[in-house]
Amino acid sequence: MHSTFHASQHGPTLRQRLAANGFDAVTMLVLPAALFLVLLFIYPFAFGLVLSFEPKNTDASWLANYSRFFADPFLYETIAKTLWLSVPTTLINLFLAVPIAFRVRLMRNQRILTAILVLPITLGTVLVAEGLLNYLGPQGWLNRTLMTIGLIDQPVRLLHNYWGVFISLLLTGFPFTFLLTLSYVTGIDPALEQAAATLGAGAWQRFRHVYLPLLMPGFAITFCLSFVQAFSVFPSAVLLGAPAGPTRVISIAAYQAAFEEYDYSMASAIAMIMGFVQLAIVVAVLASRGLFYRGPASGAKG
Amino acid sequence: MIRDTTIGAKLWATAVWAVVGFFILNLFAMIGTVITSSFGTRWLGTWLPAGWTTRWYSSAWSEFQLGDVLIVSFQVVGLVVLISGVLGVTAAYALARREFPGKRLVMLLFLLPLLIPPITFGIPLATVLYQTGLAGTFWGVVAANLVPTVPFVILVMIPFIEQIDPKIEAAARVFGANTFKLFIHVLLPLLLPGILASLLLVLVRTIAMFELTFLVAGPTSQTLVVALYYAVFAAGVRAVQSIDAMAVIYMATTLIWLLVALRFVNPAQIVTRAKQQPAH
Repeated sequence: MHSTFHASQHGPTLRQRLAANGFDAVTMLVLPAALFLVLLFIYPFAFGLVLSFEPKNTDASWLANYSRFFADPFLYETIAKTLWLSVPTTLINLFLAVPIAFRVRLMRNQRILTAILVLPITLGTVLVAEGLLNYLGPQGWLNRTLMTIGLIDQPVRLLHNYWGVFISLLLTGFPFTFLLTLSYVTGIDPALEQAAATLGAGAWQRFRHVYLPLLMPGFAITFCLSFVQAFSVFPSAVLLGAPAGPTRVISIAAYQAAFEEYDYSMASAIAMIMGFVQLAIVVAVLASRGLFYRGPASGAKG
Repeated sequence: MIRDTTIGAKLWATAVWAVVGFFILNLFAMIGTVITSSFGTRWLGTWLPAGWTTRWYSSAWSEFQLGDVLIVSFQVVGLVVLISGVLGVTAAYALARREFPGKRLVMLLFLLPLLIPPITFGIPLATVLYQTGLAGTFWGVVAANLVPTVPFVILVMIPFIEQIDPKIEAAARVFGANTFKLFIHVLLPLLLPGILASLLLVLVRTIAMFELTFLVAGPTSQTLVVALYYAVFAAGVRAVQSIDAMAVIYMATTLIWLLVALRFVNPAQIVTRAKQQPAH
């Protein structure tokens, strides 16, 4: 950072020129964190990308991992299986979260409700999976209750199949989706709705013509974040699902390649494919966001 | 506040609350099952266990070496909180106070580890850590856990720092404070609520962070949540109640910190600050 020339003869020093561009000692405070993330986030990603083109079998072509993935149904079907779990659960979570958020925003004391809903996020997927193993089992409280009230004659099979993972994704995904939705909904100036109500708009009209256009971008982001979480489902797919069958999700394939076959090259390739599918969906959703209104929604005066 | 008094609106409200109630009921029943089972003697085909006991806790404690696991967990969590606090707050300060070319790129660098799920970047990260020999060690687990927590602290702290008037810092500078003194005597007291809130959330997140720890931990660097996963995964080897007792211990360690955190943060205001309804 120290300039070797003399300031009076050669104009401003390097330090002064950098400071004029915003690079001074304070800006440098960003460096430790940025370097750390370049080292442990960007570098591993780049390394994994390169590694995925260097198959374990050195005679194979550079695309061997990818061609193996898309040739083997046991591998490429994981994409469809993961989507088949993550898209419906994300949509259900979002469609449930919106009306509930609209109700909860009117509550004076939201704290208790939000505290309860943060529980499953805080406890994490492993604990929810362990709890559901007891709760959804053939002798669990859910099946007992359903049989007692006469809805079913014999226990429903909810474990070690698609539905176990489905339920766990609702349980851990809904609070996340809800809290994001709620924070978008409460960020909109209530004066806008009051104006619409004054002009005689009913509840549905206020939602459809005032809130929905303003909230669409927020909902799109909420969908993306919730979807990406659901798409990377791992512990519950192993513990509650059928990890060799219908809930063999893509993260299981990546994990098995890395830690059971010790083929880090193949594992990196699967991780890259996983990242790419997530990215593709997110880009598609965010691109369609451009079709909606974008502008101030939180009132002119903050 | 607008009140809809039609029958349709009331039915709709009832339906919405019914869904919320159903969700919470199932959530509590699920947690209740774990707790009940951990205190039960034998529980087969009845609503409640045949008798009550606390012996599963002592057996879980010795079977799963919970003492060691808890010590490792607290060491990992403590270090992650400390390091992400130091790295995160300094970086957030720079980003809140300075405009510089490439700032958007730096912000993207801090946003990506939060948007990309841990299992996606965890596998390449674990590969790199295995090649450098860090994986399986205590420090490997700490390093992996820092990847999402440092950006988290930065993103929470930036708005917090922005709301502090820079004139206060300028005044301290005029009176001769250097950067270190400025930070200790002026910024730290002002930022303390924000730092505390973000670090508590980091703490809760790190206790529950399964994927990254799972991918890089070795036998001696497991945290509680990973030990719990292995116990459930190998179910049948140990008594179910023993695993449930471990799950209750895990729940207790997270929930204590969650309760503390909730005193400082409102989780409903992650993205925007709520516009309060005008009083009537």
